[in-house]
Amino acid sequence: MPRGRWFWLAAPALLLIGAVFLVPVGWLLLRSLSDPRWGLQNYAAVFAHPVYLRVFWNTIVIAGSVTALCLLIGYPVAYTMAHAGERGRRFLVFVILIPFWTSLLVRTYAWLVLLQQNGLVNRVLVDSGLVAAPLQLVYNRLGVLIGMVQVQLPFMVLPLYAVLSRIHPRYGQAAATLGAPPVAEFRRVYLPLSLPGVFTGCALVFITSLGYYITPALLGGRQDLMIAQLILIQIGDFGNWGLAAALAIILLFGAAVTLALFYRILAARQRPLR
Amino acid sequence: MLAPVLELVAIRKVYGDTVAVGDVSFALGRGEFLTLLGPSGSGKTTTLMMVAGLVAPSAGTMLLDGKPLDPLPPYKRNIGLVFQSYALFPHMTVAQNIAFPLEMRGMDRREIQRRTGRALDLVGLPGYETRYPDQLSGGQQQRIALARAIVFEPRLLLMDEPLGALDKKLREQMQIEIMRLHKQLDISVIYVTHDQDEALVMSDRIAVFNSGRIEQLGAPEELYERPASRFVADFLGESNFFPGIAKVVGGEHCEIEHGKDRLRGRSRGLAAGQAAVLAVRPERIRLAPPGSPALASENFVSGRVRNIVYLGKSRKYIVQIDDGVEIAVFEQARGDRIPTVGVGDAVTLIWPVDDSTVLSA
Ligand SMILES: Nc1ncnc2c1ncn2[C@@H]1O[C@H](COP(=O)(O)OP(=O)(O)O)[C@@H](O)[C@H]1O
Ligand SMILES: [Mg+2]
Repeated sequence: MPRGRWFWLAAPALLLIGAVFLVPVGWLLLRSLSDPRWGLQNYAAVFAHPVYLRVFWNTIVIAGSVTALCLLIGYPVAYTMAHAGERGRRFLVFVILIPFWTSLLVRTYAWLVLLQQNGLVNRVLVDSGLVAAPLQLVYNRLGVLIGMVQVQLPFMVLPLYAVLSRIHPRYGQAAATLGAPPVAEFRRVYLPLSLPGVFTGCALVFITSLGYYITPALLGGRQDLMIAQLILIQIGDFGNWGLAAALAIILLFGAAVTLALFYRILAARQRPLR
Repeated sequence: MLAPVLELVAIRKVYGDTVAVGDVSFALGRGEFLTLLGPSGSGKTTTLMMVAGLVAPSAGTMLLDGKPLDPLPPYKRNIGLVFQSYALFPHMTVAQNIAFPLEMRGMDRREIQRRTGRALDLVGLPGYETRYPDQLSGGQQQRIALARAIVFEPRLLLMDEPLGALDKKLREQMQIEIMRLHKQLDISVIYVTHDQDEALVMSDRIAVFNSGRIEQLGAPEELYERPASRFVADFLGESNFFPGIAKVVGGEHCEIEHGKDRLRGRSRGLAAGQAAVLAVRPERIRLAPPGSPALASENFVSGRVRNIVYLGKSRKYIVQIDDGVEIAVFEQARGDRIPTVGVGDAVTLIWPVDDSTVLSA
C-alpha cells in the first residue's frame, strides 16, 4: 500500500484548516503590511512603543505563570489518576472535564461573583477570622491566574495522564531494588520518563494561554492587559486594522516559535517514550 | 549447611480470596543456586517479590543473615533483582544504568567508572557504555540487567524468568554464562523458571511450586529420581503412571495391584489399601520380546506397540498395555540400525523396581 493514499483521509481536515486558518491569516498578513499604506510601519510602531512591548511581555508572563501553576497543580492530579483504581480514575476524569460543561463566559462571571470584594470566598475568609479585611482577589493578576488556571488545567492533566499511565511500575520497582529511596526514584526515573507528557501539556497550555481574551478582560486589572485585548482595542476603539493585524501576526509567530521549540525538546527526549 | 543467607518461615500472600503463596518455608545456603520451578501462576514471582520487598507478605517471617528482613524497605535490602522484562531504564545509557545502584550508594565517580567497566567485562559486553537499551538485542539487554543487578555486590541475587524471552540457542548459552558468573562471584541466587530443563541444568537445589506451595525441595537428582508427589513426577521430566491399590507395604518398598499385574517400587509412608500410583521414567523401561524373563528386582507388563516417534537422539515408543493405559518408552537411537520392534508388535516392558516410585494417587 503506497503511503500517500492514506493522505486523503486527512484531506477534509486539511481543507477546513486551510479555509478557516490560512485564508484569514494571509489576509491579516496582507493587512498588516498594507494598512494604511504598504510598508513595515505597523511592525515598526509595535517595536517603537514600550506600551505594546509591555503588553507582549505581560502576555508571556501570564501564559508562563498559568503554565507553571497548571503543571504544579496538574502533575499530582495526573499522577493520582494514573495510579488510581478504575473507579477513582473515572471520577477524576469526570471532575477534570467539568469545566468543559459550561461556557467560558459563564465560568468567568462565576469567578467574578466568587472572588469579588463581598463574594463568597471573601465572606468565608472574613467570617472565619482568617483575614481581617476582604482580600483583593479580582481585577488583578491573581484573578487572571485563578480564572485561567481553572480553565487550562485539563489541557495539562490529560496529556500528562496519557504518558504517566504508560510508565510501567517495574521501572520504579527496579530503582527501589537498586537502592533508590522514593525521592531519588521519582527524580531519577519517574520524572524523566514523564517528561514527554510534561512538554506536551506545557506546550498546549502555554500556547493556548497566549491568545486569552475574556478571562483577563473580566478578572484582570489595568496592569494585566493581554495581547488579544490590545488587538480588540486597536480595532474596536481606534479602527487601527493595520496595527491590530501586525500584533496578531507577531503573536502567531511567537506561538509558532514556541511550538517549534517544544517540538525540538520533545524530539531530543523521544527515547523515554518507548 | 552453613548458616543460611536467607530464611523464609511460613511466608504467605493472599489477594482477596486468592492464596498466591501459602506457607512457603525454605533456607538458602551461602553461595547456593536455588531454583523456584513451577507452572505459571504457582506463586514463584510473588515469592521473589516478597524477598525483594516489592510485595508485603500477609504472614510469615523472612530473615537475611539471621536478621528480620520485613521491616526493611526494598532500597535498604541490598538484594539484586533481574526482572523477566529486564526493566532497564530507557532514558539512561548502559553505563548510566549500571552506575545507578552505585550512585545511590554514594560512590565516587572513579570508583563507579571502574566498577561499571568491570561489570561490563563480566557479562561480556565491554565497550557498550554509551548505548541506550533500545539499541541492544534481547540477549544484550539481559546481560546489562544482570550487570546492573550484581555491580553493587548484593547479598543475594534474584532472577525472575530472566531467559524467558530469548530463543532456545541463546537461552542455553546464557544459562552457561549465568552459572559461570554464579561460580565466579560466589553469590547466593534464587532463580525462577517454569522450564524444567533449565532448572535441572542450573540448580544446586530446586523447589517445585504448585498452587502457592512447595511440593518438594531438593537436589535435581533427588527430585528426578525420588519425586515426592505425582505432581513433581509429572512436572519435572516425563513420567509413566500405573494407577492401582497399595497391597504390600513395608521397608523401602511398596507393592501395588494394577489390574492383574503386581508392580513394586520405592515408597514412603503409604498405607495398605490406599489408592496409589507407580511412576517410572520412560528411559528406564526396556522393550523385550513377549514373554521375556524378568529378574526378581524388575517389574514387567505386557503390551502392544501403538506408535513410534523418531526424535533424533532417541525413539519414543507408545505402548498400550493390556488394560488400555498408554506407556511411553525412550530408547537411544543407535546409528542407522533399524529398530527390531515395529508398530503392532506385542512386547514386554521391563524395568528395575528401584527405578519406580509409588506415590499416593
Ligand atoms: N497483584 C495481584 N493481585 C491479585 N492476584 C495476584 C497478584 N499477583 C499475583 N496474583 C495471583 O497470585 C498467583 C501467583 O502469581 P505469581 O506469583 O505471579 O505466579 P508465577 O510467577 O508462578 O507465575 C496467581 O494466581 C496470580 O493471579
Ligand atoms: Mg512469574
